[in-house]
Order: sequence, then C-alpha cells, then structure tokens
Amino acid sequence: MSASEVQTFTPREFHRQAHDALGNPQIRANFRKAMDGLMAKRRDVFSDWDLETLRELGANIRLRALAKLPDLLERLEANCQANGIQVHWAENGDEACRIIREICQRHGAKAVIKGKSMVSEEMHLNAHLEEAGIEALESDLGEYLVQLNEQTPSHIIMPAIHLNTDEISEIMHTRTGTERTRDVDYMTAAARAQLRERFMAADVGISGVNFAVAETGTLCLVENEGNGRMTTAVPPVHIAVTGIEKVVEHLRDVPPLYALLTRSATGQHVTTYFNMISSPRKPGEHDGPNEVHLVLVDSGRSNIYQDDELLDTLRCIRCGACMNHCPVYTRVGGHTYGTTYPGPIGSILMPHMMGLEATKDLPTASSLCGACGEVCPVKIPIPDLLVRLRREAVGEGRGNVPGAGVKRTKKEVAAWKGFQWLATHPGVWRSSTAIAGKLQALMPSKLGPWTEYRTAPKPAKVSLHALVKQHKAKRHQAGKSDEDGGKRS
Amino acid sequence: MTPVKLYPPKPEKVYFFGTCLIDLFYPEAGMDGIRLLEREGIEVVYPQAQTCCGQPAYTSGYHDEARAVAAAQLDLFPEPWPIVVPSGSCGGMMRTHYPQLFAGTEHEARANEVAGRIYELTEFLLHVCQLRLEDRGQPEKVAMHTSCSARREMGLGETGPALLARMGQVELVEQARATECCGFGGTFAVRHPEVSAAMVEDKTQAIEATGARRFVTSDCGCLMNIAGRFEHQGKAVSGEHIASYLWRRTS
Amino acid sequence: MSARDNILKRLRERTDGPLTAPQSDFAVVSGRGWSQQERLARFERWITSVHGEVIHTSRDDWTRALAGLLEAKDIRRLALGREHPVAAEARAALAEGDVVLIDADRDIETWRHEQFHDTDAGLTSTRGAIAETGSLWLWPTPDEPRLLSLVPPIHIAVLDADTIEDTFFDVVEAHGWAGGMPTNALLISGPSKTADIEQTLAYGVHGPRELVVLLRHAEERP
Repeated sequence: MSASEVQTFTPREFHRQAHDALGNPQIRANFRKAMDGLMAKRRDVFSDWDLETLRELGANIRLRALAKLPDLLERLEANCQANGIQVHWAENGDEACRIIREICQRHGAKAVIKGKSMVSEEMHLNAHLEEAGIEALESDLGEYLVQLNEQTPSHIIMPAIHLNTDEISEIMHTRTGTERTRDVDYMTAAARAQLRERFMAADVGISGVNFAVAETGTLCLVENEGNGRMTTAVPPVHIAVTGIEKVVEHLRDVPPLYALLTRSATGQHVTTYFNMISSPRKPGEHDGPNEVHLVLVDSGRSNIYQDDELLDTLRCIRCGACMNHCPVYTRVGGHTYGTTYPGPIGSILMPHMMGLEATKDLPTASSLCGACGEVCPVKIPIPDLLVRLRREAVGEGRGNVPGAGVKRTKKEVAAWKGFQWLATHPGVWRSSTAIAGKLQALMPSKLGPWTEYRTAPKPAKVSLHALVKQHKAKRHQAGKSDEDGGKRS
Repeated sequence: MTPVKLYPPKPEKVYFFGTCLIDLFYPEAGMDGIRLLEREGIEVVYPQAQTCCGQPAYTSGYHDEARAVAAAQLDLFPEPWPIVVPSGSCGGMMRTHYPQLFAGTEHEARANEVAGRIYELTEFLLHVCQLRLEDRGQPEKVAMHTSCSARREMGLGETGPALLARMGQVELVEQARATECCGFGGTFAVRHPEVSAAMVEDKTQAIEATGARRFVTSDCGCLMNIAGRFEHQGKAVSGEHIASYLWRRTS
Repeated sequence: MSARDNILKRLRERTDGPLTAPQSDFAVVSGRGWSQQERLARFERWITSVHGEVIHTSRDDWTRALAGLLEAKDIRRLALGREHPVAAEARAALAEGDVVLIDADRDIETWRHEQFHDTDAGLTSTRGAIAETGSLWLWPTPDEPRLLSLVPPIHIAVLDADTIEDTFFDVVEAHGWAGGMPTNALLISGPSKTADIEQTLAYGVHGPRELVVLLRHAEERP
C-alpha cells in the first residue's frame, strides 16, 4: 500500500477484497511474518504461568462486571464525578461525536491530539471533527503512519502492521519530508520530533480507556510510547471515550486483566506505562488537564447485552490475540474485513453494530478452527458465536441481531431440507449411497470452487453401511455372534 | 476444549458411528477402524440406521434441520456402551454441540447422555484399549495432520502422534505450523474458496517440506482437502486415515 | 428520557433476565513467596531486558551515584522537586556543582517550553516497585508532578530496595489503593518504545529514551 493509493474498504466487498489481498505478495508476507512473531512471543511470555487458571480468572472478572453492569456504570459515574471528572452518555457513535465536538468547540479548540482509541475509530470521530474545522492528529506511531497514509488501521493493537519498513519510509518521506531510509531509529526520532510540538500545541487530548474502575472512578490506559500519557496530561482538556462494557468492578480486578492483556496482545510481560487517571488537576497540583471528560458509548452494546449467549462478546478486552492466531486474518489482512474491528472479534461484533446485511460474509469467513477461542484471554467462545450469527443470518435464531434472516435463500433452505429428509430416512440414505457408488464413473470431475484447487472426491463403490453388513455376515458365518443393537430399519 | 476425561476400562462392546464422509467416500477407513477395535477383542456394533451427525447443517446455521438429523441419531445407541467415532469433527459435534443443540428440548437428557459416551477413535484406541502395535511395514517418514476439531474441540492433539510413536518403523515428522488449520472447515471450503485454497496450499507445502511421502489424519474432511490438493498438483505425497495406516502396517 | 436513562433501562430490563456474578479467586496473581534477593533479581532482570538501567547504591551514599550518573550522561540541566527527601537530598548534594537545578514544583504553564526543550533529565522518587514485571510505581504529587517523569528525555528514578513487592496485585492490596486513588497513578517499566515499524523495537518515542533506576540498599554495597 503506497502513499499514493487511497483505498476504501467495506465488509460488503469481503470476497473481492480477500481476492486482492490473497494475490498481493507484500500483504501476504507482511502479515505472515507479523503474526508468526506475535504468536511466538505470546507463547514464550506465558510459558511460566498457569495460563488456564489466569484465563479463567480473566473470564470470571469480565463476567462479574457484565453481570453488574448497570450498577457499575452508575458507581463509575458517581466516583468519577466526585473526583471532578465530567461523565457523558451517548447511545450511538453520532451522539458521542457530537458530545465530543461540543466540548472542543466550547474551548475554541482548533487542534486535537489523539491517543489510540478503537471506539473513536468505530464512530469515525476524526472525520466528524475535521468537518467541524477541528484538526484531529493521531499520536500513536502506528496510527500516525496510517493517518498519514490516509488509511484505517488493519489491526486493533498494531494499526500499521500491514506496512513494512520500506513502505513506512516512503510514507514519511512523502508526507513529512524525512529521508528515505531503513533506519528505524531515525524514523522514530523524526516522528518523536514531529509530534512533540503537536502535544504542546493541542487544545484537547482525546484518548480511549482500557479499563474503567467503578470502585474508585479510575480510568486505566495501557501503552508503550508515552503518547497516551502526553495526550492525557499535556493539553488543558482531556476527553476519554469508551464503550460501556469496559467497566470493571474493583481495583484488584485490574492486575489480572492487565497481565492477560499485554501478554495476549504483543507477548510483552508488561507495557512501558500503565496510566491511571482519577481526576483533573486538583488545586495545588502543577500539571495535568484542568478538565477531564468521560464519554460512555453504547452503540449496540446494550442490545448484545440482552442475550445470554451473545453477551460473551462483551467480555472482550481488545487484545487482538484472536486475529493474531487466525489463519484467515493472516492471509487476507485486516483491511479485507472492511470493519473497524477485523478478524474473529470483528466478525462477532460488527454484525451487531452494522447489521448482518452489511456484514453477512463475515461470520462465514472462518473454518471454525478454534485457534481464536483457544487464545482469548477472557475465554470468549468465538467459534460458537460465529455459528450463532450464521444461525441468525439464515433466520433460524432468535432474530435479535439486526439483519437476521438476510442470508436465507429458497435454494439453500431446499438443499438443507433435502439433506434433512435424506438423513432422517436411513433406508433411502443407504439406497442413495449405493446408487452414488454405482454412478461413480459418471460423477462430475468439476464441482465448482472445490475442483478449482483440488481433485474431486469420488463416492466409494460400496458404502460403509454395506461393507459392515458384509463384514458382519462373514463373522456370523465364522461363528461369532451377530447383534445389531438399536433399531432395525 | 472438553475437560479431561476419566477413561473407562476396555469394554466388551462399543457402538461405531461411521460418519457420512467415511460412509460415502472412505468406507475402508471406517472398516479399518472397526478391524482395529475387533482385534482388541471388542465387539463393534454398527447401527445400520445411522446417517449423519448433522454438522454440515449446524455450521451453516440451519439448526432446525441439524437438530432433526441429530435427533434421528440419538436413539441408535440405547445400551450404555461407548460410541466410537473415527473423526474429531463429528466426534466434537456429538460430544460438544449435541448438548447445546438439544438444551431446553425434550431430547436434552438423552443428548447429554449420548454426548457423554462419545470417543474419537484415536482417543479410544490409546486411552481405553491401550493399543499395542507391531509395525510390519517398511521404514518411512510420515506426517500427521490432527484436525482442528480433534485438537481444540476434543482436546486430542496428542493421540494420533502417540499412536504413531508406537509404530517401530515409522518416523513421525512434524510440518511447519502443524497446529494451523488446513482450510477445509466443511462448507468454508466452498463459501470462501480462495482463502481455503491458500490455506490448503500452505499445508501441502509444509507437509511436502518435511520429506515425508505420506501423511495421515484422523479426519476425512481434512484428508479429502489435503490429498485432493496434492493430487491436483500432481505431487507424489499421498494420505490416508490413520486407522487405515495403522491397520495396514500391523496386519 | 436521556441517553443515560435509556442505556441504564435497557441494561436493567434484560430480555434473558438477571445475571449471576461469579466469585473470583486471585491466587494466581499473588502468593509468589519470593525472597528479597529473588525480588531484586527479578526486578533488575525485567527492567534491564527493556533497556532500563539499574545502578545499585546505598541509602547513605546515593547522591554520589547521582552526581556520577549526571556526569557520565552529560546531564547539565536537571528538573526535580523540593519537598520530598529524595529531592531535598539531591538539591543539597548538587548545590555546589555545575548542574543547573530546575524547579519542577511550578505550574507547567510557566515552564512548558523549558521542560520540553531545555531539560536534560527529570529526577523523581518512587513509591515502590514490582518484581514480577520490573515496574516502578509512582503517585505524582505537586512536588514531583506527573510530566516530570515523562517529558525530559532521561528519567532518573530513585527506588528503595525494600519497597519492591512481588506482583501488581500485591501492591494494590497491600497499599490499600481502593481506599482512594490520586489524580494520577503510574507504573513505569522502562524507557519509552515502539514496535510499530515492522515489529522492530525502537526506543525513545514520546516518553523518555532512557530510564535510570538508582536502587538504594539499606546497607552499604561494595
């Protein structure tokens, strides 16, 4: 992806986007190398842990928080407000954008600096602010590069993972005038210098929240670069934005989740900084923002919350381990999904936010291999949720996901009803397999997409049913007892 | 992943659920599984009324249809004998998803009871039969592909390799990214053919790179996928169900 | 009805009914039972693995190590607090030297440019450290504000060996954090870094490029 090509992606074009990505050797190589590295690092960093017990605790902490969610949100709000943090609620992304824009406009803000926030990507905040004449500059290096390249992130933790060093060098050279180089330290130092001035000049800093602690009204942010601390401490106003599900009950719930998050995300035993904010600058203090705002965003989360099975989607702590381990994501990259959150978590979350009409190819873009569920730090049963969404998509679920039934076609229903009939009429089943076996030579050698890449399987001349019958007959003749347990038919 | 099972002692009788893929495309693999069990002195009962576990409809979201097909299998195993399944995919479906599929229905108790008696074939041969194998075959390298369902749904990543380790003339080699999916995923291979093809291409390359000329697997979906790709490429690497491999070399 | 009311109503009037909150067992994040020696060793191993520096010194003699460090790194302008014993002792020891001492206990608006451009290093005390992850923990104060450990390119942190604890969970519980959190609480585990350029590690992004821990032992160390 060079600086000159600006591409927009949409989940509706998954197949075309996947086709393009699969045929792009650079994307294939970048993602394969990156994912292999991330998987290995995670394995190593967990090697001295009782990982299953830690995951169980993580799952447990998230489920407890979800079980008490409305009470915890009220407690969070009360404690934040007692400490001087102003709390706002938004039912959807547009409302959240409006609230944030109004805070910025109240302060006459012209320039906003941003720490990484996936929920702000979800609501297209930057575009909204730009439209109001407010510049929104990303300060996380990966987000900065992606922004310079006029793209969206391709991974929720490593936004520029689709770019290699040469591509980054080209982007920085074209957009900021640095030298073309493979020297990572040079490029990093250049980014540091470029952004340092912007921290000082920003009117407002906007960040996400990794964990919001109800017990104390504390916002926790995880980072390596220092841009998060800069964003939340240098400008006079700090706005933190989060989905409503990111609350935890107690302060003691944070260490286990933090331990799971850093190791699951990037294989780090810890991040450089863990930043815990509980109030704006208090009288007598000498730095920090004078105003801190917390914007709580719903955007479909309260709908997911209604359903016992779908609720598990909300356990997510946004670590990205699922996509790191996904054989599909590794081959097509994050942009192919065309959604804010790609990979496995995207496929179970985005249908709720965008509706199944727009995202109908996402729940099926998985072989259900289960690698994601195996590594999820909070044990979200992702494959089960993918199957649930497939069920909703064909209209045989509860109908409580927007766009339910969109994939139901007469043709496919007839096919599965036919399968059902055949598989519940064993006599007919056995006759059919016998016929298929006899017609073996006449089976088509081209079976659509399968045979484009593989030889077609040929039905056996004699089915297992028939072979067993023969086998039993032989054994019976040989004097062994013949018993056919269960129903005869 | 299912929790660790306490394995029962070797029974006198078992049921055998052959699976539809084996019934249709690889019946000899089913027979070899039966032969391996019978050689251990176990009487294998194969209910002729069995058809399919219902998984293809289940993973496609057609749960009403899947449930009807699954319900038709539930009554085929009335005696309290183990039900041996030569597939991690179908075994996983019956052990893990039957309880989910029938929760809150009239079949709930029966489904849970049946699910509790499901064993995948390699699991059963290893942990219940404590299988001894006298390898009479030629020395060779072989690669094992354990299906994702066997590995993750049923927690059986080790059973195939453990059985192969008991074969004196066999050198088990491990392909790169052995735990990565081969790309079959049932209907995934036809709904997302290009991604699936990319996955099976990587899998065949990895197996070929081990130097092995043969691979084995405990799942016929994976077998159809990987062997089908090798054949399409005109490669000299061939594959079979592990049951066939074990039977062939020890009899 | 406000957004707040609507959201809380939807959460409370849940279709599938009330949820049960499970109990949690935190044993896995506590109870390491490390000795003081092990804690020190682990702390140092982890923080140096991410390019943090550790200089062992003593309670009595640490300002000499500080002076040596400032010279070795050519630090001419050092920002620091005033009231905290660490800051007070440092000021006393450096009073006669060439290092320019910059007052950090001022409103940032009065010295922002100086902090960003004319400060070589910031010196802070620490409240303690975590052995399991090689992390310092700080609760910034008006005397040692939060930007002091972030903006200057070098952060010098003074840590007492006997304040190192096993895990983050232990620190939160032992020090009763839940009883009241400060404006800002920080875990600092190394100099600033990124791996966003093809997963290649680069140090000194937005936070300090160097983190030096002056680790004070109660007794004299050789």
